[in-house]
Amino acid sequence: MSLKKIGERTFKLNNPPSILGNYSIVGPKEGDGPLKDYFDEILEDDLWGEESFEKAETKIQEQTIRAAIENANLSLSDIDLLLSGDLLNQIVASGYSARGLSIPFIGLYGACSTMTESLAVGAMFIDGGFGDKIVCATSSHFSSAERQFRFPLEYASQRKFSAQWTVTGSGATILSAAGEGPFITYVTPGKIVDPGIKDASNMGAAMAPAAIDTLISHFKDTGFEPSDYDLIITGDLGIIGKSIVMDMMKEEGYDLEGIFTDCGAEIFDPYKQDTHAGGSGCGCSAVVFNGYILKEMKKGRFKRVLLAATGALHSPLITQQGESIPSISHAVTIDINRI
Amino acid sequence: MDNLNNKDYQKFVEEKIPKPTYARNIILAFLVGGAICTIGEFIMNYLSNKGLDEEAVSSATSIIMVFLGALLTGLGIYDQIGKFGGAGAAVPITGFANSIVAPAMEFKKEGFIFGVASKMFVIAGPVLVYGVSSSIIVGILTILFQR
Repeated sequence: MSLKKIGERTFKLNNPPSILGNYSIVGPKEGDGPLKDYFDEILEDDLWGEESFEKAETKIQEQTIRAAIENANLSLSDIDLLLSGDLLNQIVASGYSARGLSIPFIGLYGACSTMTESLAVGAMFIDGGFGDKIVCATSSHFSSAERQFRFPLEYASQRKFSAQWTVTGSGATILSAAGEGPFITYVTPGKIVDPGIKDASNMGAAMAPAAIDTLISHFKDTGFEPSDYDLIITGDLGIIGKSIVMDMMKEEGYDLEGIFTDCGAEIFDPYKQDTHAGGSGCGCSAVVFNGYILKEMKKGRFKRVLLAATGALHSPLITQQGESIPSISHAVTIDINRI
Repeated sequence: MDNLNNKDYQKFVEEKIPKPTYARNIILAFLVGGAICTIGEFIMNYLSNKGLDEEAVSSATSIIMVFLGALLTGLGIYDQIGKFGGAGAAVPITGFANSIVAPAMEFKKEGFIFGVASKMFVIAGPVLVYGVSSSIIVGILTILFQR
């Protein structure tokens, strides 16, 4: 019998973990965007002294995790578990950054939904009493993602208007069984939803229905109304995906006007920064959550936030075989109060 | 949500995406492609004035244009020209040079055999395969139906 499941698929955490520390590192382009004042560290060079973009991403993730642990006034030996993932094949940025940290590590793959996937799993881990201190982290890098999923950087091509710009950055959150909050109170894991989009430069549209599915289930299971939240924010749907969610949620009877936005729509200025439909990548929701959202929560502007990171679980290989893009969205409630 | 129809959804999504700026793209492609070809013509005239015969002029011009395309790719300029000029930068021989040099540069970290050499033709490869194949077919047809 499930003690913590409410409704169809939401978990209510009876011992909600507290967020003890957090950190975000971003690349130069993100550090030039509208949220630049919220990031803890802005890199001047996205290679950060490394010889490849994969190694640079690994370094960014490892340093973010170290800094988040420091931010929580803890040391590596206090950490019971590291939950992290990224976009690279075999999640190498996470595996290699965990190599440098030498703490128990469980790798996750949720594509760009990894931030909330790790927060969800980490929060349940603590609520279940398996550990005290957990690091949840993820990263992405524009240049390592481009070469894996798209074209070489110097190739003279034009990006579609629906294309998004992978965020260079990493965010890490420290969850603890004890603390002053903010707390993770509810977890709604996603289901795979596939609306049949086959164009990998139209990710926002591919992922929007997964976000809508999770949001609706979350509201039904918890009994919350959108107005119970100060902010409802999806991961990396971008400007097009955000507009799809707004319209389709309205059709379903949920008016999100004024309380809903998307990390990918916020992180860049599409006109000044030429990012077309907005930001994407695991790092997108990670840095917006650990930078902007948590800092605004500490200031008291947001009291209860629903973060629903979104991931497209395809690979270039299988889309070339004609498959469409299956997507997922995991939602977590972050609350100033323990409830 | 439960009765989400993929076709209707895709139609709905299409309306959300800004329309490509065809007129602007066509004009820019014409100007950029035209400029590249004018540079080619300039080189051609210069070489024939120097006394090279017709065949040598066209080979030398191609070589110089390929060099320029490769050089500008290496300097990180050609991708900007491509972003601005679209097909105008992709179609001339300089674009072909770019499509080979860009992956060669990108995959240098993976070594000269499994990186540079094996990835060099990821973009240009299909052009070469189908270009050479169709020229063979045309050649065979020419032999069969001559006279």
